[in-house]
Amino acid sequence: MRPPSFSYQRLSSVAEAVQMLSSTDNAKVLAGGHSLIPALNQRLSQPGTIIDIGRLNELNGVSVTGSSKLMIGALTPHAVVAASNNVRRYCSALATACGQVGDPQVRNWGTLGGNLAHADPASDPPTVVLAAGGKLHTMGPNGERMIDAADFFQGLFTTALQPDEILTAVEIPIVADRKSAYAKLAHPASRYAVVGVAVFLNTENGSCTNASVAVGGATAKPTRSAAAEQALVGTALEDAALDAAAAALTNEIQGDAVGDIYAPSEYRAAMAGAMLKKAVRAAMV
Amino acid sequence: MTTRIFGSGIKRREDPRLITGQTRYTDDFQLPGMVYMVVVRSPHAHARITSIDISAAKASPGVVAVFTGQDVPLPGVPCAWLVPGSDLKTPAHPVLAKDTVRYVGDGVAIVIATNRYLAQDAADLVQVSYDVLPAVVNPEDATKDGAPLVHDDVPNNIAFRWVASSGDEGVDNAFNEAAASGVVVQERIVQQRLLPTAMEPRSAVAQWDQFAEELTVYSTSQNPHIARFILSALTGVPEHKLRVIAPEVGGGFGSKIPVYPDEALTAWASMKLGVPVKWTETRSENYQVTIHGRDHIEYVEMAATNEGKITGIRGKVYAGMGAYLSTAAPGIPTILHGLMYSGAYTIPNIRCESIGVMTNTAPVDAYRGAGRPEATFLVERLVDRLAAKLNMDPVELRRKNLIPPFENGHNVAIGLTYDSGNYEGALNKLLSIVDYDGFRREQAAARQQGRLLGIGVTTYSEICGLGPSQVAGAVGFQGGLWESAIVRVSPAGKVQAMIGASPHGQGEETTFAQIISDELGFPVEDIEIVHGDTDRTPMGWGSYGSRTTPVSGAALVLAARKVKEKARAMAAHLLEASVDDIDYADGKFMVRGSPDKFKTIQDATLMATLAWNLPAGMDPGMEASQFYDPPNFAYPFGAHAAIVEIDPETGTVALQRYVAVDDCGPQINPMIVEGQIHGGIVQGVGQALCEGVVYDENGQLLTGTMMDYAMPRADMFPTFELDSTVTPSPHHPIGVKGIGETGTIASTPTIYNAVMDALRPLGIEQIEMPLTAPRVWKAIQDARAKGGA
Repeated sequence: MRPPSFSYQRLSSVAEAVQMLSSTDNAKVLAGGHSLIPALNQRLSQPGTIIDIGRLNELNGVSVTGSSKLMIGALTPHAVVAASNNVRRYCSALATACGQVGDPQVRNWGTLGGNLAHADPASDPPTVVLAAGGKLHTMGPNGERMIDAADFFQGLFTTALQPDEILTAVEIPIVADRKSAYAKLAHPASRYAVVGVAVFLNTENGSCTNASVAVGGATAKPTRSAAAEQALVGTALEDAALDAAAAALTNEIQGDAVGDIYAPSEYRAAMAGAMLKKAVRAAMV
Repeated sequence: MTTRIFGSGIKRREDPRLITGQTRYTDDFQLPGMVYMVVVRSPHAHARITSIDISAAKASPGVVAVFTGQDVPLPGVPCAWLVPGSDLKTPAHPVLAKDTVRYVGDGVAIVIATNRYLAQDAADLVQVSYDVLPAVVNPEDATKDGAPLVHDDVPNNIAFRWVASSGDEGVDNAFNEAAASGVVVQERIVQQRLLPTAMEPRSAVAQWDQFAEELTVYSTSQNPHIARFILSALTGVPEHKLRVIAPEVGGGFGSKIPVYPDEALTAWASMKLGVPVKWTETRSENYQVTIHGRDHIEYVEMAATNEGKITGIRGKVYAGMGAYLSTAAPGIPTILHGLMYSGAYTIPNIRCESIGVMTNTAPVDAYRGAGRPEATFLVERLVDRLAAKLNMDPVELRRKNLIPPFENGHNVAIGLTYDSGNYEGALNKLLSIVDYDGFRREQAAARQQGRLLGIGVTTYSEICGLGPSQVAGAVGFQGGLWESAIVRVSPAGKVQAMIGASPHGQGEETTFAQIISDELGFPVEDIEIVHGDTDRTPMGWGSYGSRTTPVSGAALVLAARKVKEKARAMAAHLLEASVDDIDYADGKFMVRGSPDKFKTIQDATLMATLAWNLPAGMDPGMEASQFYDPPNFAYPFGAHAAIVEIDPETGTVALQRYVAVDDCGPQINPMIVEGQIHGGIVQGVGQALCEGVVYDENGQLLTGTMMDYAMPRADMFPTFELDSTVTPSPHHPIGVKGIGETGTIASTPTIYNAVMDALRPLGIEQIEMPLTAPRVWKAIQDARAKGGA
């Protein structure tokens, strides 16, 4: 626990933070600190300046805009997202995922925005935000941007966020009668996802009319599975259909699945299918 | 009527200060003028140092000094368990590598600065050039011709080869006979490396008083008197001028037995610089350089008749020692392992060959259980394999071979004399709690539905309470294994009991106060147990091997009884009665037949201390000291069972029930006994299901943080169902045995055998530990591909 020396700035508005970020070399934004501080302590990250936005209340909280959008401030802690009635009602998969991040301390301090901006491939919320068709709101020196989740997550710890931009909010579309769930196989040490699968489903008269499936943990970035979605749409989501969708998902990501000392790529690809079935069943309860 | 606090589950007196943070660990000590040391460590597992440039580090802000191996004149760190008859090589273990580094984490330089952050900054600026050499990681491969040599003076990397045998001819005959007309089962077992992971990492604070020429070292030690002994040898400061203090110590599990280079360097730096020096390892350093446990590759086999009578067991063990021989390392896979091969069973022919192997990895030494979990695992594993081969119920097979009950000594073929045991009693109790027959019916039904449900049952005996010093000497331990205690009563009747052992979480401040309260009648709150300071306590050899209560506790009981007899004599004098006419109860000495004529132990103490009127021949004061060398080891035992269910889709093992019946003799504090068993079970299950050190083939530690090394967590466990039987040790003054390690010793094979039982319909016989979900899943896939059910 011996971080290198750095200068520390706590700022009182997003505008000030953006100004400081764009005018300072080698600066890093600190929100909840649950990705940055461990990296500092191991000296994997050695920023000259840390810009603490953790107390910007304007970025903290969950709201519903009209009846079409769920807006979650970037600084909302995972625990607050997990407990939010609006999130549970309109995007229960995100509540589930945020409730499974780390341990209670991590969930109380770590923020949803920090999690998404860090883009750890084994993190839970990115998978759900991608499957939900979420949009990420940012603020930079040239003003606001809105980035589709599909474009935001670009690779291992890599996003479309520019070095002088701050993630301000996550927007989740509210889709009538859409059900969702997130199923995860956790790494026994880190509790990150070995595999996590998020599904968003609409059904009419027992038949699946729309499906969105994303898998995380198994690949370098959260990934939508067109094959699994096609396999689900038009079925009654019966066991045989789920088996077919699971096989399609496993088959689709097999080539891209990552392996490590805990789980070989073969296991991750297979578990993507298993978690898909679990997630669909949980969504339809 | 006499009330006894012995046997009462009173709350631990040490807990309020521990759980509210109102106490001090080594790293909490701040001394005036103190500077901070960081060790520059090798990033390579094996390399020659070609140059070290410290100029940039020396010029870094706040730096007080930088030293390399060339600058530090200390001798190497000694190994203190020189197992005889094993052709032991003891390669040099310099406190800083001078020309060759031998594992990732080997120290090459120290940087001392005004704070730990600046020290780390400067450490990052020490430029070391290396010629990287080939490394060897696997202890079996390391012995092969042509393998890279960790030390030039250790051919084939074999540090020792040790054999224990009940008689080689008998062993060979047993196996030949079984091969011809009985059964033999074999297994290659990998006892994976484990990280002890004490909550508090290691730390040392050293203060050299140049005027008094006295050195004080605060250290995270399980055995401050041994630490003093070794630090004295390393620094040249004589023992009477060297004080080692182990303040609160946040767990050790064996990892704080050894003296490491780091503590010696801290002490030397303080002497060299004339200011106090602090060193505290990070968790990453803790995982790199603090000792690891286990690391065996074993070839083991068991011979039996077709009726299931075990006739022999033998094993060949490649025991990884790491890059250097740590303090007790050679004794672990030999004395504490090979002599355990009889387990709880009558086995007439036993042989163990242990080969200690140097590898380019962190040193391996005693980790909770230390040799005995490995032995219990292989015995229990072979018994289950034998049952499967004979198509017998594994519990019936155990019952057939258990040593019958004995109260005062039983010789096993390997040469030990177990003190007391009633293995079948513990097993019967266990089976009735588990409802074993009911479970087997439930399992049969579950298997019909394709569910993978299994049970593992272990019966074990272990060796603890180390031990008779004569035996210690005979097996090459470079120390005694006795303990001593002083019981001192102050004039106003408060008790200080000084012990040489060094509890660090096990609760002896409570249980030892219970012992004294029970012997002398003082209330627990008037009794202080003093430990962990070589200047305040009499000599003792420390807390490990479940020895504190069996050995130090015995010294304490006998010292208390001496105080009691002196108080009785004093009371008799005051009461003008004969000593023989004095009865004692609850801290009062009464004239027999006239219970209203009494003196309390406090009265007797005050008058003995004032010494105005002592009986003839009595010295003043109320104090006694006692040395105690145990006549034998203690042999706790018991029976454990686990029920698991495996999710065939993910390979995840869910622990549904864990039942343990343990016997450590009379329990001083049943709550603390349960706590020790709980922690032990959790650590043993950790080995079975999730823990495992991984080095890559270049000797890089891949499980270097808690993000990768999976410690067991509370959510893996059901509520443990614990019970006990009580079989006193015949040789101990209050009959107690140790309980610190039984959980770890019994639980790993219990879980492993339960998982294998669950997988039996698939024909799976073995999976390397830890039994992680991906490994179990792969085994299921492979079995199905081969056409298993």
